[in-house]
Amino acid sequence: MKNFDSNIPIYLQVMDDIKKQIITGKLKPNDKLSSVRELAQTYAVNPNTIQRTFQELEKEDLVKSERTSGRYVCADENRINNLRFKMTEKVICDFINELNELGYKENDIPQLLEQVKEKYYER
Amino acid sequence: MNDKKCIEFENVSKSYGSKQALSNVNVKLETGKIIGLLGPNGSGKTTMIKIINGLLRSYQGTCLIDGQLPNEVSKSMISYLPDEPYFQEWMKIKDALNLFRDHYQDFDWALCMTLLDRLGLDPNLKIKSCSKGMKEKFQLALVMSRKAQFYILDEPLGGVDPAARELILDIILKNYNENSCLLISTHLISDIEKIFDEIIFLKNGEVVLQKNCEELRNETGKSVDETFREVFKC
Repeated sequence: MKNFDSNIPIYLQVMDDIKKQIITGKLKPNDKLSSVRELAQTYAVNPNTIQRTFQELEKEDLVKSERTSGRYVCADENRINNLRFKMTEKVICDFINELNELGYKENDIPQLLEQVKEKYYER
Repeated sequence: MNDKKCIEFENVSKSYGSKQALSNVNVKLETGKIIGLLGPNGSGKTTMIKIINGLLRSYQGTCLIDGQLPNEVSKSMISYLPDEPYFQEWMKIKDALNLFRDHYQDFDWALCMTLLDRLGLDPNLKIKSCSKGMKEKFQLALVMSRKAQFYILDEPLGGVDPAARELILDIILKNYNENSCLLISTHLISDIEKIFDEIIFLKNGEVVLQKNCEELRNETGKSVDETFREVFKC
């Protein structure tokens, strides 16, 4: 991931990316995270941005730091499930918001979804 | 912990004849940060940088580098990329490397050769036969091959094509040591803003903003580039 939206703080975008990796199991519970320096290079951002990302992930208890050995993905499955739900919720809320902006009402959504779903999976 | 070093401007003013280049600049540049010095043409960026490097000596106020006026010691702490080519045209790239090795104890020859290779530059090339962009790349390789406390890069991207900018940012990020301070002056903000910790906006020789980038994005919901365009709208 190299294309950041520069209107949004970059640490938030890196956080989201790491969260997605945790949710999808690319990063598993108790996996060790790459170092600040490595991630700074992967994302092509400032090391302090990664530092900030880690701090925030630690605040949300998704990442644990072991003093000498590094940082690890949280082992609590419940927490990861919660995270998955929160992120799903956000996607769906955004989706509903945009449909509202296009003038659709609550009742239109299921049918619309059916319609588009069919087309989508045909491809 | 590493103790922080800093470059400090206190009430610095400078004029060229009747043209006020800097007026009452108060700024602190700390190690451990990548700082963007941003402003339109003629806003005083290069003047500030020349003062830091001891190239301009008559000005009001004080500029201290780790507590000292610019001198031999400060020069050994600072790796400086000027905004224009300064090597003799008859030299080969390799000759410039030799010069750097003789002058700076912290120059890493092997690293510089690696960087030249990544940039696709042959050390046996004559400087005369280099394009503007090639000269910029080669001088950047030299400057980033020192282990300095401060890296001061004056417009490192100006003449470089967009495809090579990514590579240059990568080289800067890889070789910048986290305990040093990197000051980059530029007006190509969108290309580079993701690597800044902090930005300084210079307008007509005055500092109008010094701020952490992420906070700025948080507060404005905009990129540094967009904020810049608003502040400096013509």
